[in-house]
Order: sequence, then structure tokens, then C-alpha cells
Amino acid sequence: MKAKALIPLAIFIGLVAFLAIGLTLNPREIPSPLIDKPAPAFNLPQLQQPEAQLKLADMQGKVWLLNVWASWCVACREEHPVLIDFAKRGVLPIIGLNYKDKRDDALGWLGQFGDPYTLSIVDADGRVGIDYGVYGVPETFLIDGKGRIRHKHIGPLTPEVLEKELLPRIKELQGA
Amino acid sequence: MAQRLIRAICIVFFSVSAFAATPEATVDARATRLEEQLRCLVCQNQSIAESQADLAMDLKRQVHEMLAAGKSEAEVRDFMVERYGDFVLYDPPLKTGTLILWLGPLLLVLGALAAFFWRLRQRRSEPAEAVPDAAALARARALLDKKES
Repeated sequence: MKAKALIPLAIFIGLVAFLAIGLTLNPREIPSPLIDKPAPAFNLPQLQQPEAQLKLADMQGKVWLLNVWASWCVACREEHPVLIDFAKRGVLPIIGLNYKDKRDDALGWLGQFGDPYTLSIVDADGRVGIDYGVYGVPETFLIDGKGRIRHKHIGPLTPEVLEKELLPRIKELQGA
Repeated sequence: MAQRLIRAICIVFFSVSAFAATPEATVDARATRLEEQLRCLVCQNQSIAESQADLAMDLKRQVHEMLAAGKSEAEVRDFMVERYGDFVLYDPPLKTGTLILWLGPLLLVLGALAAFFWRLRQRRSEPAEAVPDAAALARARALLDKKES
């Protein structure tokens, strides 16, 4: 009889456990199906020199970051100083994907806050963004020398994310 | 439920009339039907058909272009899943990763039924009200007799 009386309590504790786990998850973070798959090809004009282009194949053999940003994106401002600091360390090339932005706004933004990017490419109508499954700017992709996406971070980069999430993976890829 | 039914009827009727119309309208109808099955990733409780978010607009354009280029619904759906994962589908496919999603409710119902029948059986095996022993009966009778007299 006594054991039976504890059943509702056990069910309740189970529900609380599920709720507690649920609360620590971020429903906005949707795992990308592109991890460990070849990065989608692109051939886009550069922001600073619109006549020049950059395509995926140009980055072959390098471990690099693709950082999706826009001048209208508020969280990008939060992330920007972190990227500037990181770029100074010169660990790897950082390519900016200027997503659905106006050229003047984008250039003005970089002029005002500084330019951490090796170079930025322009995805004015968001098609390359769709290919990369971009749904919330900023997003950061880590791409290896064979052109495969190895990691994706959704939302602004923080020093902690860099140290714990990205740097260990970058080191491992660069060592390989 | 009723709303869903009305919606389903509307879809059937509109799509029938759309097939009789121009190819342009056919693409529109097919696109709308498809867009209702795709989740908007920015506003997760809306389909891209309902959403006015920037990304939803871009995805609607993508759906339109692909259908106009002669791609099938399945090809468009695969295109979206390749980029955004199964999460974009309101009707996720049955596979190992989604097994709990599909079988969970069934397991819950089975569990509840099992508990119900177990409880019924337990009740049946419980003895009916205990028969009082002879001494108690005699005492009761004595009390009753006393009252009558």
C-alpha cells in the first residue's frame, strides 16, 4: 500500500525532470543537416571589390570560418568585438557572408565598427543563405580543407563559444 | 478538428478548380499547398505560407521557382530537408530519430489501458465483504432480541 502511494509522486518527479531538461534546451537552435557534408558551392561578388568574386573552390585546402552577418542584424553588433579580437590572433581566414544587406549599409557598418573579415562576399537575395540553411543571423560555419562543413554555431559568437566550441575543432582540423 | 476538415475541403475544391485553370495558377496552388506543409524557422509555430518573415518570403519564392521550373513536390520537399533538416516538415518522416515522436502517444495509450485492466483484475480478486464470524452474529442477534422485548 505504501509503495503504491508513492506512484503519483514518482510520476510527478518524472514530469519535473522532463520539464527541467526542456527548459535548458534552446528551441531556436535547430541542428543543421549539413554537418560533415560538403559545403554548398557559391560564386559571389566581393563586398569591397564588386568586380571580383570568390567561389567555394578558392578556399580549398584551408580551414576557414564563414560568418553570416548583416548591418541590420542586432546580434551581429554584440558579436562584432569578439570577431575583431579573434581576427587579430590570425588563427584562420574569416570570410564574411553579407546576407541580404545593402552595399552602402554594409560598408558603413564595417567602417564604423571595424572589419574582422579576410574579405566579405555579398549574398544580396539570400540564395546562398538558403543553401547553407541560414535562418537566424549571425551564424558561423567551420569549413575544413576539403570543403566540408564541420561545425555550425547559431547566434552570436562569445569568447566562451570561441574557446570551448570552435578553437578545439579548428586546432584539430589544422593539425590533420 | 472541424476547422481542419473545412480546410481540407477547401484545399480539395481549390486545387480541383486550379487544375482546370492556367498553368500559372496550377503552380500557385501547388506552391500554396506545399508552403502549408513547411515550417517557418524564424517563427516556429507558423508555416511559411502564413508567415510574413523575411526568410519565409525567400523560401516561398524558392518553392515557386522550383515548381515553375518543373520540379515535383517531393523534390522541393527534399531540397528544404537537405538544408534545414526534418524540422521544416510539419509531417516528419518515420525513421529511427523520430520513432519516439510517432510511437510515444501509442505507447502512452497502451500503458494507460494496461494499468486500467490491471486495476480491474485486482479489484475482482479482492474478496467481497467479509462474512462476520459466528460469535459476532450471535451478539448482534442478542442485541436485536433485547430491543424487541
